[in-house]
Amino acid sequence: MMYSEKVMDHFNHPRNVGELEDADGVGQVGNPVCGDIMKVYLKITDGVIEDVKFKTFGCGSAIATSSMATEMIKGKTIQEALTLTNAAVAEALDGLPAHKMHCSVLAEEAVKAALADYYTRRGEPVPPECRIDDADSCPLGHG
Amino acid sequence: MIYADNAATTRLSPAALAAMTPYLTEAYGNPSSLYTFAGEAKAALEGARGTVARCLNAKAEEIFFTSGGTESDNWALRGVAEALGKRGRHILLSAIEHHAVLHTGQWLKKQGFEVELLPVDDQGTVTPEALKKALRPDTVLVSVMLANNEIGTIQPIEELAAIAHEGGAIFHTDAVQAVGHIPVDVQALGVDLLSLSAHKFHGPRGVGALYVKKGAPLLPLIHGGGQERGRRSGTENVAGAVGMAAALQEQLETLEADMARLTALRDKLIGEVLRLPCSRLTGHPTRRLPSIASFTFEAIEGESILLQLDARGICASSGSACSSTSLEPSHVLLAIGLPHPIAHGSVRLSFGEDITEEDVDTVAKSLAEVVNDLRMMSPVWDAAAGKPIW
Repeated sequence: MMYSEKVMDHFNHPRNVGELEDADGVGQVGNPVCGDIMKVYLKITDGVIEDVKFKTFGCGSAIATSSMATEMIKGKTIQEALTLTNAAVAEALDGLPAHKMHCSVLAEEAVKAALADYYTRRGEPVPPECRIDDADSCPLGHG
Repeated sequence: MIYADNAATTRLSPAALAAMTPYLTEAYGNPSSLYTFAGEAKAALEGARGTVARCLNAKAEEIFFTSGGTESDNWALRGVAEALGKRGRHILLSAIEHHAVLHTGQWLKKQGFEVELLPVDDQGTVTPEALKKALRPDTVLVSVMLANNEIGTIQPIEELAAIAHEGGAIFHTDAVQAVGHIPVDVQALGVDLLSLSAHKFHGPRGVGALYVKKGAPLLPLIHGGGQERGRRSGTENVAGAVGMAAALQEQLETLEADMARLTALRDKLIGEVLRLPCSRLTGHPTRRLPSIASFTFEAIEGESILLQLDARGICASSGSACSSTSLEPSHVLLAIGLPHPIAHGSVRLSFGEDITEEDVDTVAKSLAEVVNDLRMMSPVWDAAAGKPIW
């Protein structure tokens, strides 16, 4: 098995799967050509991420990184969530195989896309930390 | 555990192990040595050659032992290309060949050969028309596999070999996935070269063979002490050759009955699985290996399916990008015209002769559960409509 026990735990028992009908921010990243798409829903009250759900199309590490990323930002302030990095997600999972690191990039991007959507819906400027560079995650999708 | 990945490798047959054991222990003589003690090993090696030849309807002197399917494929392609390179530089390979063939083709391209891929239809068949169209006066070699390892499609090799010969080309077939699973008769097929690998039919790893029709132009790939009548050097893997012969003979004893039983079980599974929405069978519906059932499921990804099947005790395989280290899904699935998003959701189940109807029912039930579970967490699956939203 190339995955850590933590990855398998989050794959077999993913946390926060689902949708939020009254979400304050929704972000979707990835594309079907590359084989992974993540969608993150945020419920934000007074600057705190009160609830978070995700849906993911992708491999074992895509599902595990989505699960871990949502767990890492749940109950945190927006400011804290903005500091989430793909490296932190991968580390929290006790590491990922090198060719699966792009999944953790996608998880970070999905969270940031949902936060960007939150700001946009409120008519506020999107903070620079939310900017995503999706060229990292899938070379195929741009070919 | 239900082992449904026999196209990857198979369990070593106890008969093969028993046949091999003396040559791994007491009878360790080098077949090339002169003294009486080595004679036993030499006799065993030649006995194995005779058995493999009979199983393929070849002559003993047309069978050359190798280290496996990959070496056989490398040797066939490079050996013919180097032998005939002055006559012509054009080589045709099917687009769905194993990497042992395709990557050797890429290497030959770097050596200045013109290597062209033959397209397949949406069921993975190389049509005689496609070959006729691609053949040129300077085509020296055509290589089309007998049965595909991912989608199980069996090629019309007799027809393709005849067309290649009319055009003056040598014909090689990679029969690694076919030998021991369907009848393989080199004379009926009319091929010049045929690759096989022992571990795909309950023989040991690390041994295979190349059938080389008498007179076929083929230079050696491996140079050295001149074993295998000067065509494949290296001290012979006697135990491996003996194990391969024993396993092949055993497979062929019950081949017809096994094929009938596996075909019925395979078709039962296919029927069950295709009841799932947005699922499809890959490969030819009937001209396919009895042991291989291969599918795609929209809106979910193959590696996730495999991991969930594994959690339920089922070993399977996938051509999705994520189950490999590349980002590209299987070249076979792309060659049959599947778009990337669908090719990502592929699963292959390949059964052994010991599979039971109960096992197949368990696989069908588990697969349905896994597909449903993963679709429930997929952002591109519309559960209400029962279809993907790409």
